[in-house]
Amino acid sequence: MEKRIVITGIGAVTPLGAGAQTLHARWCGGDSGIADGFARCDDFTPEDHLPRKLARRSDRFTQLALAAGAEALEQAGWDVDAPPYDADRVGCIVGTGIGGIGTLLEGYDVLNEYGAQKVSPLAIPLMMSNAAAAALAMRHNLRGVSYAPTSACAAGAHSIGAAARAIAAGDCDAVVTGGSEAAHVSIAHAAFGQMDALSDSGISRPFDARRDGFVMGEGAGILVLEDADMAEARGAQILGEILGYGASSDAHHLTAPHGEGEGAARAIRLALKDAGLEPEDIAYVNAHGTSTPLNDAAETKAIKAALGDHAANVPISSVKSVIGHLLGAAGAVEAVATVLALHERVAPPTVGWEQRDAELDLDYVPDGPRELNIPNGRAIALSNSFGFGGHNAVLCIGASA
Amino acid sequence: MPETVTREAIQTRVYDALEEFGAEKGDLAPEATFEALDVDSLDLVELGQIVQEEYGVELKGEDMPKLKTVGDAVDMIAERAGV
Repeated sequence: MEKRIVITGIGAVTPLGAGAQTLHARWCGGDSGIADGFARCDDFTPEDHLPRKLARRSDRFTQLALAAGAEALEQAGWDVDAPPYDADRVGCIVGTGIGGIGTLLEGYDVLNEYGAQKVSPLAIPLMMSNAAAAALAMRHNLRGVSYAPTSACAAGAHSIGAAARAIAAGDCDAVVTGGSEAAHVSIAHAAFGQMDALSDSGISRPFDARRDGFVMGEGAGILVLEDADMAEARGAQILGEILGYGASSDAHHLTAPHGEGEGAARAIRLALKDAGLEPEDIAYVNAHGTSTPLNDAAETKAIKAALGDHAANVPISSVKSVIGHLLGAAGAVEAVATVLALHERVAPPTVGWEQRDAELDLDYVPDGPRELNIPNGRAIALSNSFGFGGHNAVLCIGASA
Repeated sequence: MPETVTREAIQTRVYDALEEFGAEKGDLAPEATFEALDVDSLDLVELGQIVQEEYGVELKGEDMPKLKTVGDAVDMIAERAGV
């Protein structure tokens, strides 16, 4: 990064509940948000978090993003409707995998049953994939660059990377960024199921020999990124730092990762290079770890290829073991989880990991949370995200210096 | 169209719709402006769908700019419903 980019606020709504700290604490405690093969934000009631009109004007994926955003901004010490900088220089980049698919399907049912005259005029503005970015920008008066990266399960990480780049390039002083997803609709369940992507057992066990697919989740993660000098000048509490970002494409297959994890390894190397770091500087890897046979094998190879001998020394864990796969929100929620892991200097566990796969021979932190070994005094991690389409995005995140 | 449509019934239905859209019940009055109630063109399209269903009355896009207050809307719907 050409500038120092700090994280001053984090927020999350996940199947473990509302709140970033809730996610961290319950993950480390081994709690699971998965029930009956799916991971839902069952306790999330939009009206508890949003004004009635805003809740009605938002698809669930936007509601989740707004709730996570409010938490992140409050932690950053920002006013709800006035960022601490020139609003024209504050961006809002919030990605999603699918956007408002629930709204789309409701509208389609109305169309078929009652005709075009009855279709809601809100159908398009609620379903569009940029709706969450737009809603956050409007609610918080963020007038700089704003859009929604859509790169399937890498969208959250791409958003954060793009946000950091916008600050590094001097386009913005701060960016509210992250990802959101609410795709628990029958067509998504059926279609992912037909691809053999979903777990038949309904159990998410990343990197375990018995893994048989991912468990679909929902939720949102939002972070406040700021130019470090400006954040320090205003006396902000610094939670962490985006040290590097690397992105690549497999250019290989529509859904399958490259068998050797070539593109993923390249993204990891790019993130390290961007951060000016060596593999030995990495104390923790927050894995993409979906619990699919292909991802976890390819990701293991990628980590080994990119980190070399150090790969065997690094604790690697996946929060998908307890919240399932949040698709376009995954990279953002996992960045939030990584910030807290670094802050607490702990590697949270891959919950439920029990059986070693002969080819997956790294340290997946099976036995509960573990204190990080931090050789150079600063806790630094990688957070991996890989999406259908072969999109790879890796963030290098540091604890506050 | 129901036989018992009255202006009061139309006003009540419009109030209910506006409240559903997110307006505060206590702010609803004939003289309240849509701007003050934070009711916008998208809400008015939805209101049009409701009164079409309930009263067979059409509110068109070109009508919307003329509707500044809740009373304006109730008047237009009542007039077109023959009340």
